[in-house]
Amino acid sequence: MAIDPTRVRRFAHGSRVPGWDDAADLTKPPAVVPDAATTPVPDELRLEIEAYMARYPDFRSAAIPALHAAQRLHGWCSPTAIEQVACVMRLTPGYLTAVATFYDMFDTHPKGRHDVYVCTNISCSLRGADELYEAMLSAAGDDPDFHVKSFECLGACDIAPMISLDGEYIGPLVPEDCDQIVADVKAGRPVLEAKQLRHRPAAGSAAPSAGEAGRGGERSETGAPPPTPGRAASGPTASHNEVEGPTAGERGPERHESPRRGDG
Amino acid sequence: MRPLLFDDIDQPGLNTLAVYRRDRGGYEMLQRALKLEPEEILAELQKSGIRGRGGAGFAMGTKASFIPKGDMDKYVVCNADESEPGTFKDRELMQKNPHLLIEGICIAALAIGANKAFIFIRGEYDLQATILEEALEEAKRADMIGDLDLWVHRGAGAYICGEETALLDALEGKRGNPRLKPPFPAVQGLYRGPTLINNVETLMNAPLILRMGGDEYAKIGTERSTGTKVVSISGCVQRPGNYEIELGVPSREIIYGLAGGPDEGRAIKCWFPGGSSSPVLPGTDEFLDLPYDFDSMAKAGSMLGSGAIIVVDESIPIIDVALKTAKFYRHESCGKCTPCREGTNWTVKMLERIDSGEATPMDLDIMASVQDQIMGNCLCVLGDAMAMPIASMIQHFRDEFEAHIEAARERSGLGVSVPLVNRDDHAGPGPLLQPDGGEPRAAVV
Repeated sequence: MAIDPTRVRRFAHGSRVPGWDDAADLTKPPAVVPDAATTPVPDELRLEIEAYMARYPDFRSAAIPALHAAQRLHGWCSPTAIEQVACVMRLTPGYLTAVATFYDMFDTHPKGRHDVYVCTNISCSLRGADELYEAMLSAAGDDPDFHVKSFECLGACDIAPMISLDGEYIGPLVPEDCDQIVADVKAGRPVLEAKQLRHRPAAGSAAPSAGEAGRGGERSETGAPPPTPGRAASGPTASHNEVEGPTAGERGPERHESPRRGDG
Repeated sequence: MRPLLFDDIDQPGLNTLAVYRRDRGGYEMLQRALKLEPEEILAELQKSGIRGRGGAGFAMGTKASFIPKGDMDKYVVCNADESEPGTFKDRELMQKNPHLLIEGICIAALAIGANKAFIFIRGEYDLQATILEEALEEAKRADMIGDLDLWVHRGAGAYICGEETALLDALEGKRGNPRLKPPFPAVQGLYRGPTLINNVETLMNAPLILRMGGDEYAKIGTERSTGTKVVSISGCVQRPGNYEIELGVPSREIIYGLAGGPDEGRAIKCWFPGGSSSPVLPGTDEFLDLPYDFDSMAKAGSMLGSGAIIVVDESIPIIDVALKTAKFYRHESCGKCTPCREGTNWTVKMLERIDSGEATPMDLDIMASVQDQIMGNCLCVLGDAMAMPIASMIQHFRDEFEAHIEAARERSGLGVSVPLVNRDDHAGPGPLLQPDGGEPRAAVV
């Protein structure tokens, strides 16, 4: 057969489903809302969650912000973190676990401190995101501080291929940038500041007309300065030249040999 | 014409209240709206003819007019969960002009009589959420937004939460599963109250519509697609980015004129006109010359969607694009409806078989029929969002899929099982005639 059986990832008892046999003690009564008297919750976490709960007509709406807060504090959505949130919100840990496992940004397994999300969706992969992901994995190596994850579209296809490092969008990147990124993070410096999205100007602010070109000046009363001519042309051209790494196409039809890991 | 939303958007300090009020007439339209009756605001929105910029293209004024009148808890929710692959317009708009969004939400809330509003922003947009929170804090301190209770709510990374009812569930603190419709959110939405859900770009247009008047706004663009549109263009182009265009400009003008087209010497194989959920269109003149508006794209068999153009050039194997697309939807399917949960999974498996050389051209027919069975059979359109592009790729690039299957079979040592018809070197049995009298396809030995 064409599929090499050794390439199929196997988990416990030869299953292809990870965690299928994770312990579920059916004799145990279901977890109830934790008792506030016996569940210690750090004060700052309690205050933050209570502030979130006050915002919404229904306190349950605070579940996602509260889990964010707990994950920031504990590093991941550990059973302790979930129990603390459950205690403050008066919900069962089961409810919160169901929520936490639904969303990609919550991790119910221990992870490194620094989240490195590499976008491997269509637009980024057209510009070499798969190579970038491989390079990022090898640059981070087995450093426990890094949590490198291939992510679905992060909404920054203009700087493809890109990564989100602890929420900071950086791109366009070439695989050679990865070592610099790891070094910057370790040194506590701003990471590749020149390539951060926050400093990037908009690509196009000159709108071409659908025929009648002369109509304009509707907003002249705002007193805004006239738009800079030629910004559309001068904008991201420079950055494009940095993306000249191997694109998916240049790899040619032999590309299928490298194992795919695009599904995060 | 002058851009509306992108007018000098890089002006330093535009995200602060001071600059926004001084140079952009900020919050003046909200002051004017406060003096108007809700019906008058609604009338302006309806006259403008603005259609939703999030993907479905439903008329905003009409949607707002569905909200029941009367004294009850009503909500405005701004959908800033921009996760459609290829789309990044809201990110730039929120980052650079957050106050325009806040003003737009306030105006929409006045129009429907809502007293509570939320901006549901995807969790990955950390910078943008922070900027919005700061802007909101500033506006609240300066008493700009009146008694509207407005909050920024961060999601946690799920594409499905861009679907309006799934977004409501996520906002209520649950798993983001879509709900059965009807009842539509306009009748029973957030906390079972009437809810107006609009995309960031749509809401940002509301102050501009009030400023220039609905009739004036309707003169921009084409008759049934009014206004400007921020187009996110990405993929194999030289200048990817956000460009604001008047609806109705030729697609070629956007792809080649603004974004510079693909690299020298390469032709466009296909392009997604409205994010990865829209059926692909081939890069032929027939399609590139179409005006870029809601109706022309629909007529060509695709859709404008979120206005995200992804260009794929001829060097990219179509199977790669199909596999990436399908894997994305497999990952993001919430699992509530069987056709979507299973259909996305099996489509990925079939595409992987094609790539590994285990497939025959018949698998393409099975795959196409799976797509048929997903469409229209789920609570939300996530399944359709995979089925449409995959089906269109099979439709437009069947020859390439078949050639890929043959090449992969040869590589994997399974041999050529399927002689291709209409080839000079073909020596196998005759072609299979299609039952509908269509073009003969390959015959399986």
